[in-house]
Formats: sequence, C-alpha cells, structure tokens
Amino acid sequence: MTVISDPHIQPTKRPRRLFKNLMAKLASIPMILTALVVFVGGTAWTVVYSFTGSRMLPKTNWVGLDQYERLWNSDRWIISITNLGIYGSCSLVLTLVIGFSLAACLDRKIRFESAFRSIFLYPFALSFVVTGLAWQWILNPDFGVQSVVRGWGWESFVFNPLNDANTVIYGLLIAGLWQGTGLIMCIMLAGLRGIDEDIWKATRVDGIGTIKTYIVVIIPMMRPVFITSLVLIASGIIKLYDLVVAQTGGGPGLASEVPAKYVIEYMFRAQNLGQGFAASTMMLCSVVVILIPWAYLEFGGRKRG
Amino acid sequence: MANITTGLSDGPRGPKPKKAFSRANIILYGTLIMVSMYYLLPLYVMIMTSLKGMPEIRMGNVFGPPMEITFEPWVKAWSEACTGINCDGLSRGFGNSVRILIPSVLLSITIASVNGYALSNWKFKGSEVFFTILIIGAFIPYQTMLYPIVILLRELGLMGSISGLVMVHTIFGMPILTLLFRNYFASIPQELFKAARVDGAGFWQIYFQIMLPMALPIFVVAIILQVTGIWNDFLFGVIYTKPATYPMTVQLNNIVNSVQGIKEYNVNMAATLLTGLVPLIIYFASGKLFVRGIAAGAVKG
Repeated sequence: MTVISDPHIQPTKRPRRLFKNLMAKLASIPMILTALVVFVGGTAWTVVYSFTGSRMLPKTNWVGLDQYERLWNSDRWIISITNLGIYGSCSLVLTLVIGFSLAACLDRKIRFESAFRSIFLYPFALSFVVTGLAWQWILNPDFGVQSVVRGWGWESFVFNPLNDANTVIYGLLIAGLWQGTGLIMCIMLAGLRGIDEDIWKATRVDGIGTIKTYIVVIIPMMRPVFITSLVLIASGIIKLYDLVVAQTGGGPGLASEVPAKYVIEYMFRAQNLGQGFAASTMMLCSVVVILIPWAYLEFGGRKRG
Repeated sequence: MANITTGLSDGPRGPKPKKAFSRANIILYGTLIMVSMYYLLPLYVMIMTSLKGMPEIRMGNVFGPPMEITFEPWVKAWSEACTGINCDGLSRGFGNSVRILIPSVLLSITIASVNGYALSNWKFKGSEVFFTILIIGAFIPYQTMLYPIVILLRELGLMGSISGLVMVHTIFGMPILTLLFRNYFASIPQELFKAARVDGAGFWQIYFQIMLPMALPIFVVAIILQVTGIWNDFLFGVIYTKPATYPMTVQLNNIVNSVQGIKEYNVNMAATLLTGLVPLIIYFASGKLFVRGIAAGAVKG
C-alpha cells in the first residue's frame, strides 16, 4: 500500500482538535460505523454468543464450551470440514497449477491470445449459482456426459459424481475450477509480463530449456504473485456455499456439506443459533490461522527492510 | 470478443516461436484448444439445451444441436416458471435484482469514493486505524457477521426489504471499493491538492471539481466490479430478503432445484442463461476494464 506524505496544511492555532478536518471526519462516518459496528462489533457479538445456549433467539444463558463440544461431536460438522479439506487442498493445488500453466501458454507469443483469454476468464463473470446449475446438468447421469459416452457404445461407463457420496466433492471441484481458474490465470499472466525480457535472454545464452527456466527461474521470481493467488484462493474456498447449494444441495445425504452451509442451516433453518455461532467462530479461527502468517510475511518483513 | 490484451502492461514476451508448424507449437495450440473446449462446453450445452423441446432432450444427446429450434423454454423461464405458489417466472427476480442493483451500486460507490478521498488527502487521527480494520474485515467470513446484521436490520425495520439488502451490499462492498479509490487518489500528485488548498477550496469543492473528473476511469472499474458482484450475490439475497423480494439468483435456484413437478431441463437452462446474461454482457462489453477491475479487486484485496 502506498504511504503518502501527510498532506493536510498545518492548522493555524485551532482551539479544538476534534473540529480539525471536520468534513473529512463527517464523510468517514459510514466507514467508521462499518468498521466498528459491523466488522468489529458483529464479529465480537457472534464470538460472545457462541458461548450461550441460544436457540430461536439470542439469549445470554451461558453454557461455556458446550456448543463447541457438540459441534466437534457432530458427524455433519466432521463431514463438512473433511469436505472442505479435500476440496480446499485439491482446489488450491490445481488452481495454481492450471492457472500458471495457462498463463505460461498464453505468454508464448501466440496468436489469438485475447480470444483464448476471454474464453478462460468468462466463467469468472458468472455466479456460483449459474455455475452449479450448469454443471449439475452436464453431470446429470441420465442425460449428461455419462449417457453420451454410453450412447457411443461404452455401455458400462460410469461417471456420476453428483449422486455418489464418495466422489461428489470432485463433482463440485470440476465446477469450482471451471469458474475460478481464469482469474488466477489473469493474475499469473500479469506477473509473467512483469518479468524482465533479459532473464529470458540470459537463460537462452546459458542453454537452459524453456520448461526448466519456468520451474527454476521464473516461479521463484513470482513468489509475491503466488502468495497473492494463494490468499485469494484460500479466502474463496472458506466462503464456498452458493456452489454447493445450487449444484448438490449438500447431498446425496450429507455427503457434500461444507462449513458455511452448516452455519447457515443451524442459524436460519434449525433454529439453533448457538450452534451456528460456534461453527462460524471456528470458521473465523481458520481464517485467522491462514491470515496471520501471510500478514507476517507480507507486511512484517517489509517494515524491517 | 472482448479485446483485453492491453490491460496487462506490455505485449507478449518470451522467446519467439521459430516455425509456424513446429512440434512445440502444435502441442501448445492443441493444449489451448482442448482447454478452451472444456471452458466453452457448459455455455454451449446450456444454449443447446435451452433451444430444444423436452421430447428431444429425453431422447438423448446433450451435446447435439437442436433438430428443431424452439424459443418456448426462454419465454416460459421468463414469464411462467414456478417457485412455490408464484408462477410469474424469472421476470420478478429480474425486476428485484435491478431494484437492488441500482441503489446498491450508486450508494456503495458514492460512499467509498468519498472515503477513499478522505483517507488519501484528509487524513485525521485514527483514519488509518479504521481503514486497517475495514481491510481486515474483508477477510472475515461473512458467516460471523450474518446474525448481528439480522438484528441490526430488524431494529431498523428493514429486514426482508430491498433497502435492507442495499445496505448490506453497501457495507460489504466498502472495504474493496475504499481501497480501490484510496490507492487511486493517492496516485494523483499532491501538488494539485495543495494548490487547490492554497486557493481556498474546501473538502467538497476539491472532491467535485478536481478529484471526481480525474477519477472517471476508476469509477468505471468500480461500477463493473459492483454490478457483477451484486448481481451474482446469492448468500445475502437468500438471508436478508423474503420470497417477494428475492433477487434473480435466489429465484433461479428455487426454480431449478424445486422438488415438485416434472423437471423441465430446457426451461431450467434458459433460466440459468437469463440470469448469467447480465454479467456476461458486462464482461464482453467492458473487456480490458473488467480485467482491471478484478485485478484491482484481487491483487490489492
């Protein structure tokens, strides 16, 4: 973030500090209210009430860590976080690999580059609901890919991820990757374009192959871009909700439940607020665990240097 | 097709390909075309399905083009498809989405641009602290703030109304938009601001007469970012509105995933396409600005 020099003209002996710069303060009221009331206040409220036994309405009957105990004993929650773990790790690795590979392909001075880029990026403009419904239809066992391949004569072909509890998460992954890889490709491409042409000349003089150059030279140079992508993908994964609701509805059974859906089900459908608060506090914790090392790497190092 | 080449600094780099039909080139273009097919497949299938009649869909091949083109599914999706007891199609959701979209975009961008301006040119004690909280807030999962906002809206009497949802979108759009505008205004030379101050211009005068006209490109980026973001929202729509005010995405999900009745896949796909149409049009019309918008939203956020 750019830090600019303190701009405002030194005040000439104003009696009250509060009224200095009054207009700017008034104009910032919406921002201050959002930051303090919604972000800080709202989060703190949820964390505090996660220690209560609230059901239909929030109440202050303290129950200590009961909600968390119930949460971690609940099969549904365990399924949810396992799913998020599988989806998250696959999505993280595959998005980075596919995003970078596509960007590298597009960076090879090819023809129709902008057409290819438009094609890879357009799914990102679509909502997760549209994405989920489109893939739900393509993966439909009776009409979609499975039936088409069977129609070609391969009668025993099975590709029915959305109705199979063991593979449903990969069905979500296909749709998620389709929607999200374009963005990462774009960021990676911007990163590749930022690399000095001289690097390429130097590696050619040294006789290093193209693929080896990418792996040994270019990727380490693009560390900041990879970190940004990583944070971006990770924060998207934790929010995963719309896609599941649209594509599978959490089914078959509970096989594709995710934490964000767990929270909303308990808060707004099962009338068990305390449980929802506890689950959302756990989500907050996971973000904090991801965010602190990143903030340390990103900003802690810069201050010292 | 949108021309988004110029959005990312200079031209393409890397060593020049030697021959037009070298083996490496064939592999490269082959890969790109294969991958493109995977990306285009859903759009193609949706369009084809939405133009077929139900008997043809039952017969088979989702990938085949329609033998007989019919626009009936589109008409039905727009004006007749049912959610629960209401059978007036997606048009109602579309109307709601528009009524949510326009005030949300205007309000959030107005507030964020003034905030960004104040943060970059009129810093006051604590302004950076609030800004940092705002940016950290962008990373907090929405789930932790959902219920407090329900209470807030209930107290204000806005729960379930479109104004309530507008407020929610304004709040959650604020971090990224404020960042966008703050960085943009910080890049405008300070001399300009100082000269205006010397001439006696105040907060609003400088904003409207100097900053606003210079910031038009970033306003376009912000509008693109917000329009696609708010149009595609599902979570806030489903929680803070009631069936009569559901935005299009929520209504679409209810139409397609309803358990009652026979599944009309062609109507479903037409409805899905209709919902995706607005962001798609913006994407293809705005081209490089869309990339700038998401890059600004992504890299900095």
